[in-house]
Amino acid sequence: MTEAPKPAAPAAAGSRASMKKELPEHFKAYKHVWVYVEVERGQVHPVSFELLGEGRKLANKLGVDLAAVVIGPPDEGTRTAVAETFCYGADLAYLVEDPLLTHYRNEPYTRALTDVVNTYKPEILLLGATTLGRDLAGSVATTLLTGLTADCTELDVDADASLAATRPTFGGSLLCTIYTLNFRPQMATVRPRVMAMPERVEKPVGRVITHKLDMVEDDIVTKILSFIPDRDAGKANLAYADIVVAGGLGLGGAENFQLVKGLARVLGAEYGCSRPVVQKGWQPYERQIGQTGKTIRPKLYIAAGISGAIQHRVGVEGADLIVAINTDKNAPIFDFAHVGLVTDAVRFLPALTDAFIRRLSPHNRDRLAG
Amino acid sequence: MHIVVCIKQVPDSAQIRVHPVTNTIMRQGVPTIINPYDLYALEEALRLRDQHGGEVTVLTMGPPNAEDTLRKALTFGADRAVLLTDRFFAGSDTLATSFALSSAIAKVAQVYGAPDIVFTGKQTIDGDTAQVGPGIAKRLKLLQLTYVSRIADLDLAGRTISVERRSEGGVQQLRTTLPALITMLEGTNDMRRGTMKDALRAARAEVVIWSAKDAGIEDLTKCGLRGSPTVVKRVFAPGPRAEKAEMIEITPAARDTADSLLDAIFSRQPKLEADIAAAQAAL
Repeated sequence: MTEAPKPAAPAAAGSRASMKKELPEHFKAYKHVWVYVEVERGQVHPVSFELLGEGRKLANKLGVDLAAVVIGPPDEGTRTAVAETFCYGADLAYLVEDPLLTHYRNEPYTRALTDVVNTYKPEILLLGATTLGRDLAGSVATTLLTGLTADCTELDVDADASLAATRPTFGGSLLCTIYTLNFRPQMATVRPRVMAMPERVEKPVGRVITHKLDMVEDDIVTKILSFIPDRDAGKANLAYADIVVAGGLGLGGAENFQLVKGLARVLGAEYGCSRPVVQKGWQPYERQIGQTGKTIRPKLYIAAGISGAIQHRVGVEGADLIVAINTDKNAPIFDFAHVGLVTDAVRFLPALTDAFIRRLSPHNRDRLAG
Repeated sequence: MHIVVCIKQVPDSAQIRVHPVTNTIMRQGVPTIINPYDLYALEEALRLRDQHGGEVTVLTMGPPNAEDTLRKALTFGADRAVLLTDRFFAGSDTLATSFALSSAIAKVAQVYGAPDIVFTGKQTIDGDTAQVGPGIAKRLKLLQLTYVSRIADLDLAGRTISVERRSEGGVQQLRTTLPALITMLEGTNDMRRGTMKDALRAARAEVVIWSAKDAGIEDLTKCGLRGSPTVVKRVFAPGPRAEKAEMIEITPAARDTADSLLDAIFSRQPKLEADIAAAQAAL
């Protein structure tokens, strides 16, 4: 139910690009880069800060302002969120505050964001590709009848000042660059961890433009009955782990994931897997790394028996150090790994685990080896 | 009750190959399947029909051979299948796709009765955008329930539905009114095996085939390439990283190879050694 990879992609791309006209007059007033800042239960989702970092670069290239859009209830969490956006690079913030916005609901949030866009007219609007961001972005883009590019892995500004949004296509086997040429705003979503977290710099609160939500509770059909927080919420997880060990089909079977878990345990690491491993049912979806799974940015990533398809590559390229172990010396993973070994991961992982134990924990050796 | 389930025919991703020279997709001989995420939507629709009565219509937009996908859905037990196919739809992005599908659903409503619920999958495995469901909801003014993990209650007389929805950091329990659009989360049910009776019926069933005109679409500028605000300018494979990977020599003793790898890791990331030691001490 989504964007179709077109059978005749190269030809179609050519004919579309040639359709570019002068931007219609009424869109020329659209200016500045906006980031929708996702706040839930008083917490800003980290992806919003990552997007502010990326938005800052785009705004600088365009010579325009970077604005944060904060939508939430009139409380401490919302005000803190507004203040934080300035520390992460925003020049100004738009704020829609109303008790109706206490929890995310599609109707009032779509109304709030659509109204602010129609009033203040940004040229670029970025959102996190979270469950909230995707729910909201699709509604807002359809209301505005503009283009929306999902799950971008790279954002840039072209010579003619249009947004060049790059994302995986064809099930993650290639990349494509997408433009929204004749419509504004140009909308894009980016998954958490795809962009680097910018440095936080203490800054005073700058200009805040408030906008009123033009709705009452009776206008909103959907009611929230309750919210059940995840039990493991806040725990360290795959996306934020410093070290990640992952296995692919090269492990040969579900039982060999013990080797991946064993190494992860010795390193105090999280473990994950590639998409085909989930499709085979060897590991649950929560462990999937890549475009449609988790994006990771660890200090060390060890990929065992993973070939390195593009949909995997885009999920791990932010790692400081990528170590690839694969029997096929032509596997694409060696195109982006920093250190590689052409060998059978199933036979090598026990030796590697043992080497880490010997090197690192003379005192704990027996315990860890057990 | 009438439920419309939107499905999509997608290439079996496990079989996709990229041409090494031209970087284009080699589609020849790649089998197509029902987008796996759509099966959760279809199964949920069939369950609701089995509990509450009524009909399930499956709808897809695609090339003429997408009829196979619809026929497969009929073998699972769907009552009716509609294929929206027209060269004017070629090159549709998500906005143009939601226009075409919402137009077709409006036509389905005229001909077969207004749907109480429209289902879609969470996203497709080829486009992965998750945008068409919300697009249809907005265009048809349906209440939007995305990432639904459970339908807790459906009250047809009272025209309300209660669901559990996956949100950031937890599960929202929501109640809204019908008609609604639901995008179903994966892993929420198990697709049934179709019965022999359904298989026989599917083989003989007539798939309703509509062109843009048949679906009541008059404004063709909202369809296909012309109706798509996004433009794909370039399709490419990323090149290798500028710095080539340092390949560790494989020695006969795995122990020595492993030690060489550790040297390479810690010479590139000297602080890691202390980090890991600290993590181990905390175990």
